Amino acid sequence: MTEVRETLLPGVGVRHEFTNEDGRDMGVIVHHDGRREFLMYSAKDPDSCAQLFTLSETDTATLAEILGVSVVNEVVSEVRQDLGGLALEWIELDDDHCAVGSSIGDGAYRSITGASIIAVIRNSRPIPEPGPDFQLFAGDIAVIVGTHDEVNDLRLALCS
Amino acid sequence: MLLAAGSAETALAFLEIGLLVGGLGILSALASRLGVTAVPLYLIAGLAFGEGGIKELDVSEGFVSLTGEIGVLLLLFTLGLEYTDHELREGLRTGTRQATLDMVLSAGTGLAFGLLLGWSPLASVLLAGVTWVSSSGVISKVLDDLGRLGNRETPSILNLLVMEDLAMAIYLPVVAALIVGGTVTETISGVAVALGVVAVILAAALRYGTALSDRLVRTSDESLLLTVFGLVLFVAGTAQTLQVSGAIGAFLVGLALSGKTEERTAVLVSPLRDLFAATFFVFFSFQIDPTDLLSMLGWAALLAVITSITKVATGWYAAARAGVARNGRVRAGTMLIARGEFSIVIAALGADLADGPELGALSAGYVLLTAVLGPLATRFSAPIDSGVQRALSPFRQRMRFSTS
Repeated sequence: MTEVRETLLPGVGVRHEFTNEDGRDMGVIVHHDGRREFLMYSAKDPDSCAQLFTLSETDTATLAEILGVSVVNEVVSEVRQDLGGLALEWIELDDDHCAVGSSIGDGAYRSITGASIIAVIRNSRPIPEPGPDFQLFAGDIAVIVGTHDEVNDLRLALCS
Repeated sequence: MLLAAGSAETALAFLEIGLLVGGLGILSALASRLGVTAVPLYLIAGLAFGEGGIKELDVSEGFVSLTGEIGVLLLLFTLGLEYTDHELREGLRTGTRQATLDMVLSAGTGLAFGLLLGWSPLASVLLAGVTWVSSSGVISKVLDDLGRLGNRETPSILNLLVMEDLAMAIYLPVVAALIVGGTVTETISGVAVALGVVAVILAAALRYGTALSDRLVRTSDESLLLTVFGLVLFVAGTAQTLQVSGAIGAFLVGLALSGKTEERTAVLVSPLRDLFAATFFVFFSFQIDPTDLLSMLGWAALLAVITSITKVATGWYAAARAGVARNGRVRAGTMLIARGEFSIVIAALGADLADGPELGALSAGYVLLTAVLGPLATRFSAPIDSGVQRALSPFRQRMRFSTS
């Protein structure tokens, strides 16, 4: 695949750009609020660009579905998907999370919050259905499932 | 205070505030029609209704003054909201050299200018701040309006703005401590306390920011608005009690919030900020005598020209470092010319100094000029650039002849 270059725009969001097969540079700005701005760089002055169009977050997802590609979103480390009332969320654990260093059973997460940790991704390797003795470490990605409120509660339980 | 007074006075206050705020609404609409920021128009409105203007406000001045102070807090708070700590760290990593050049050229010019006018060193340091900080409010709007957010010079511009805003987190408390003053030892300990308080609030913001944001993420809009507004005022008040600028307290609260809470807060607070900040600009120019402004206008224009050149040089350098060609460098440089809300916030700090009235009048004139002409300069940067090149070409040729 073509190389995609990424630039931080402080206060605005992130700009992704690549050179297309015609040799022209194209780009997308992902705004902090989720808007996507599509750009085409000028052939005459390659430092300047024309705005092609702007899409909302939802419209971008629709467009991505039509094109059959996944939506890359580097801005958020936590992703949540809603499946008819059920929420599925990825939480990356770092040193600040109090859950780090203790086992899933220690936290009694399911009995307290109702949501469960259904898998843990460690070093890009998925570990499905971790048991109560499973130790959580910084860098782990916990995949949790439950209702909206339960997932929120579990997220707080992992963090605070 | 004024509500306790007779109902006739309350009625008069309602009338005054109503007319004032309504008038600002019309000015703001006019500004967006003209495609300029509303700040200069607010300043002109303040001139018209303040000291020596066409009509002075009587009863509502106390109210407008306090609302204006809150406006400063909210301006700084929303500025803090805009940046994530990742962006701040990236800015610090990549942008220190450009930011130093920016400070030396633009703040240095302001400092020298103040001293040449015969002002006290402190008033000159404030003028340095006025000429230093480009208006992130004006610039981000102009970038968006002109469709330049995707341009390759834009990250350089935004990084400079981040660094300037960060530099303010040190500049404002230090200047606030200098204004309180006293003996040399008192001043030094004041500055040390100020920096210590900033460090403590910053550490608390980074440590507990995420946890706080998570707590607030599920509250209702109403509760979020009230909690955050209260928090901003409380932290600012605490900072102010310790003689540290309250505005910086508000800025750091803004930095502390993150994620969904940050987005929601930005949406909820921005109408409040617009209202309070508008009254701040009006109140600032209330205190300026229009005749003072006119007598300082020549100096303001001279200062605007010199510091526009320094900003163009800074932008040129920053964009060149990012590998941007001539056109983009000129766009970046001219984009940075606009000064705005921050310059006024800084000038307002010096209101009680001996040189305060002159500083206020000069700064108002200066912001009026740069906030209106800066965006125009960057819109027409290409024709201006070729005009300058054409004007300079005879000299260049002569130089070439003389050297050959």
